Amino acid sequence: MNPRYVPLAATVAIFLAAYALCFLQYPNMLSTRVIGNLLTDNAFLGIAAVGMTFVILSGGIDLSIGSVIAFTGVFIAVVLENTGLHPLVVFVLALGIATLFGGLMGAIIHHLEMPPFIVTLAGMFLARGMAFVLSIDSVPIKHPFYAVMKGFYYRLPGGGRITLIGGLMLLVFVVGILIAHRTRFGANVYALGGGAQTARLMGVPVARTTIEIYALSGFLAGLSGIVFSLYTSAGYSLSAVGVELDAIAAVVIGGTLLTGGSGFVGGTLIGILIMGLIQTYITFDGSLSSWWTKILIGLLLFGFILLQKGFLYLSKNKRRFA
Amino acid sequence: MQGNDDIILSATGIEKVFPGAKALNNVNFQLRRGEVHALLGENGAGKSTLVKCITGAYRRDGGKLVLDGAEIDPRDTFEAQRLGIGTVYQEVNLLPNLTVAENLFLGRQPRRFGLVDAAEMNRRARALLSGYELDVDVRTELSSCSVAVQQVVAIARAVDLSGKVLILDEPTASLDAHEVEMLFAIVRRLKSQGLGVIFITHFLEQVYAICDRITVLRNGQLVGTRDAAALPRRELIAMMLGRELGDEIKQAGNAQASEGAVRYRFRGYGRKGHIAPFDLEVRKGEVVGVAGLLGSGRTETAEILFGAEKADSGTAEVDGKPIDISSPRTAIRHRFGFCPEDRKTDGIIGDLSVRENIALALQARRGWARPISRAEQDRLADRYIAALDIRTSDREKPIRLLSGGNQQKAILARWLATNPEFLILDEPTRGIDVGAHAEIIRLIENLCEQGMSLIVISSELDELVAYSRRVIVLRDRAHVSELVGEEVTTSHIVEAIAAADKREAGQ
Repeated sequence: MNPRYVPLAATVAIFLAAYALCFLQYPNMLSTRVIGNLLTDNAFLGIAAVGMTFVILSGGIDLSIGSVIAFTGVFIAVVLENTGLHPLVVFVLALGIATLFGGLMGAIIHHLEMPPFIVTLAGMFLARGMAFVLSIDSVPIKHPFYAVMKGFYYRLPGGGRITLIGGLMLLVFVVGILIAHRTRFGANVYALGGGAQTARLMGVPVARTTIEIYALSGFLAGLSGIVFSLYTSAGYSLSAVGVELDAIAAVVIGGTLLTGGSGFVGGTLIGILIMGLIQTYITFDGSLSSWWTKILIGLLLFGFILLQKGFLYLSKNKRRFA
Repeated sequence: MQGNDDIILSATGIEKVFPGAKALNNVNFQLRRGEVHALLGENGAGKSTLVKCITGAYRRDGGKLVLDGAEIDPRDTFEAQRLGIGTVYQEVNLLPNLTVAENLFLGRQPRRFGLVDAAEMNRRARALLSGYELDVDVRTELSSCSVAVQQVVAIARAVDLSGKVLILDEPTASLDAHEVEMLFAIVRRLKSQGLGVIFITHFLEQVYAICDRITVLRNGQLVGTRDAAALPRRELIAMMLGRELGDEIKQAGNAQASEGAVRYRFRGYGRKGHIAPFDLEVRKGEVVGVAGLLGSGRTETAEILFGAEKADSGTAEVDGKPIDISSPRTAIRHRFGFCPEDRKTDGIIGDLSVRENIALALQARRGWARPISRAEQDRLADRYIAALDIRTSDREKPIRLLSGGNQQKAILARWLATNPEFLILDEPTRGIDVGAHAEIIRLIENLCEQGMSLIVISSELDELVAYSRRVIVLRDRAHVSELVGEEVTTSHIVEAIAAADKREAGQ
């Protein structure tokens, strides 16, 4: 097998094995209801994780995602409460702000040659702070259009539902996969992850690509914020704390190398589903504390880091004795 | 030899001034269609500056560039590439995590309906590489290809992008003999297609193997351009150095060198899969040379002697007492030193200063609990900077900013600072210029006169002959022959390497 598929194959194998184990204990786990809920409950995280995948593939990191989700939610709730604007108009505004915010961070990272970690950390505090400026309280969203959107779903045989947001996540993944593997922008993202200096010498527009990557991540965080507001019907500045870390975990479990340059957007979907599966299992069990989710994800992450190290070690040795 | 003046690239009166130094002074350079033209000179002679002025990496301060009859003024390497000048560097400037095809077409992938058409891209990549006699699947990741294949892919990309002039900047430095031959076959083919090739290298044999003409620079000035066939090697070296390198080649080996007692004795020493068990004796004040082709087990021998790889058979003795060398730490405790081959990855720590790099091994031997005082470090660094003539503006300069030869000397200084009695040098003169070459050789001879025992691994046979009293010849990861005294000549070594039947080592 081509070595670049090994981490992805490991992820898929773990997912299938885990699902099989769950199914043996609780045959209901395979019902379309569970699958539908798995998609709906993880929609906002999945959408944000697609953006994070691009950032990590390029060798960067984006810590601002959770804060941008919260800011977008509060922004939508506050604007809907205080103006007569239609939600779709507000969505466009929110996406514009989030994209601009991401692009700005990308520009700072490139032009001031600052590490992405620090720049997006600043972005994280800034976005969270702006959310608090808009409102300290949880602002409920009562617009009738929200009820309409929640009413959209596709009923699966067996009673499960692909909701609007669950479907949107799948669509984002499909588009994300196309962008990553079938566009020049996608190739440039991988090129940056392989080595920014070399990529520049080979004619990759490094400045434009970096800005576009973080703008894309901002855009998807904004979209994730919209989905989150649909999911919770409220905007709250303290929500979505630490979502960026969950997204990073999903990306790494999905088989993308944290050093950049290698991985698949599709793998991130599996990573999200594995994390959702663990959550679902714990809900089914009923007796386990929900913190077991964190423990299992921690162990899984650790396992994947070991896998990546072992994989790098093997490929290095192979070349040495080739 | 072409008689007509079919010039594809001509540079006249090129000037380049850096703050405080004139890097190029009125340099003229002419490249014909369908020729391979060597650009030679010691480090700092201005070859890379000239190339950078041609490729637009530097803006020249004066002079004229004419490509194919039209005056050009490239502002950056992309513009030069568009105009028809492509460059391939020693470190392959491609992306290891992309496939061969993606590397060839990055930024210009064929598209259908706005999406990259991978099938079409792979087809074009195969068509492009078909002329290079390369047997690779264009869908494999570049990192899984050998350096030679990567180098060929880089050339294919450069030629495809530019197509008039190809500049090869030390492309062979990390290739073995077979791979170099493969590369040369490609260069010859490109030459027959009418491409002008500029070839920069440190290996003079390669210059004679492939180049039609030679241009030599020294101190930013043009020394001359000659036909390779009409320029004997000695004269070429004289042109490069501006002086006769009197002791470049010594005729016979150091037969009269010391007959001291055997200090280091290794019996049946080896490790499965690395190097077959061998016997080796090293006397006090003796240089033992190690010769063999790349991959014959030279580096493996060094690693096992230094404990970097653990031996799984045999014994080691110092002065008749058995010792245990299972790790570099224990080896250092027995006053062993080892300068590895690839100084960029195994030797220097680029961001640390010259001083810190020199003090490193001594500090490691003393243990971290007993730091070397700053004053002592300064003294140490200054002493070796002076003793080995390490050219650096001051001892606090990050070592990566030094030239290759000076980095090599700093690594030597690191081990000399520990006062070793047994020093292993792996390719001490690789990738450094001719002048520094001679200095390192002189240094080796001095160390040996002071009573140190050395093992020197080198692919430069002339060099081995110059300083070794005995030469061990390796083949297929085994010691196959040992030449002593009068026997030590280049032709004997070549014979021993080439010999089909194995003579037993150490009679």
